[in-house]
Amino acid sequence: MIHVSTTVNGDAHELLCDPRETLLDALRDRLELTGAKEGCGTGDCGACTVLLDERPVCSCLVLAAEAEGQEVRTVEGIADGEDLHPLQRKFIEHAALQCGICTPGILVAAKALLERNPDPSETEVRYWLAGNLCRCTGYDKIIRAVLDAASEMREAT
Amino acid sequence: MRYHTPSSFEDASAIAAAATGVTRFLAGGTDVLVQLRSDLVTPDDLIDIKHIAGVKDIARHSDGSWRIGAAVSGAELAEHEALIAEWPGVVEALELIGSTQIQARCTLVGNLCNGSPAADSVPAMIAAGATASVVGPEGTRELPVEDVPTGPGMTSLGPGEVVSAVNLPPRGECGGDAYLRFIPRTEMDIAVVGAGVSLSREGDTIIAARVALGAVAPTVVLVEEAGAALVGSTLDDTALAALAGAAEAACRPISDKRGTVEFRTQVAGVLARRAAKIAYDRAGA
Repeated sequence: MIHVSTTVNGDAHELLCDPRETLLDALRDRLELTGAKEGCGTGDCGACTVLLDERPVCSCLVLAAEAEGQEVRTVEGIADGEDLHPLQRKFIEHAALQCGICTPGILVAAKALLERNPDPSETEVRYWLAGNLCRCTGYDKIIRAVLDAASEMREAT
Repeated sequence: MRYHTPSSFEDASAIAAAATGVTRFLAGGTDVLVQLRSDLVTPDDLIDIKHIAGVKDIARHSDGSWRIGAAVSGAELAEHEALIAEWPGVVEALELIGSTQIQARCTLVGNLCNGSPAADSVPAMIAAGATASVVGPEGTRELPVEDVPTGPGMTSLGPGEVVSAVNLPPRGECGGDAYLRFIPRTEMDIAVVGAGVSLSREGDTIIAARVALGAVAPTVVLVEEAGAALVGSTLDDTALAALAGAAEAACRPISDKRGTVEFRTQVAGVLARRAAKIAYDRAGA
């Protein structure tokens, strides 16, 4: 087993992990952070998206051991207590989800986009989220929710 | 599986050289961990090179050459304005790979050492005249990028050898490069054909040019005749026709679900022409 010291949503954690264990499995099974989902398990679908040192990654393609000394952020860290993030509210308002498996990954990826680019075009949102597959919505509602959240966040600042 | 985090490439090389089972080096993991997860390759020793000093550095030397560390990601490359100004083709080629999430992890060196004939960044690196710095049991050596891949999934690297960085030559005055690929959609797909062109101009005349093609042979190929077809020209129609002809002649593709031999051969000529035009315009800008 490998000893891993890492920070998840601002909290320091010490973990003992198998060398083959993915960051996704460590988050879900050891820290009970079950927001990130395993879809494909090979980096194609984005359902397991988390931030690793500020960048969206597929946590199924990161070993838990690689999180040593790194900062991890998951969907559980997006809301401020009971107050949903604007992206989360807009996803509900626009009905931008059905089964919800892809939603945590999309929220994490979309938040990373808006932090880099507060005013993305529709095309920029579509390309940024091209690695987050959704089998229910057909994407339009997701894109509209992200653009609407961006607009609200710009007005608030 | 043993997971190693050496603090130098010499140590990384020594671990690999002493290993008796399956060994893999880990940088971004976008190939190695997919293979591990799919039970295609289960390493006995996995050597994570990201704890080695300098692996995330993008350095420009005083002579204008560049050194890009083995763990620099596509996202990091795409944010480096000075590198984009000199080698936009290399950056746009790596940037084409995968999604936002893959971009946060994928690397030039990983794309090279994975040995795919369809690797997007490899034709751009070869066109640029890039070299790979290799650390091994016998010491260090630097070899042209085109000498690394030897077949699908295979490289010329020996036991214990590890690529520590990619080096780009000085761009010089009036140089430009470009990479184009054909895929049947707009994003997130494997190249049916890829074409990289790098050239230098003196006024309107091309004085040096290199052309490399991907996904049309068992390895990415440097097409010296295609580069030679451009030298001395002003990229007129005759030179473009000669370029396309040389590119098509160099194709040894397979037919598969992505494209037929005939289609790939024709597209190689088309993409070489288009990439040459972009590189020419960039060189004059």
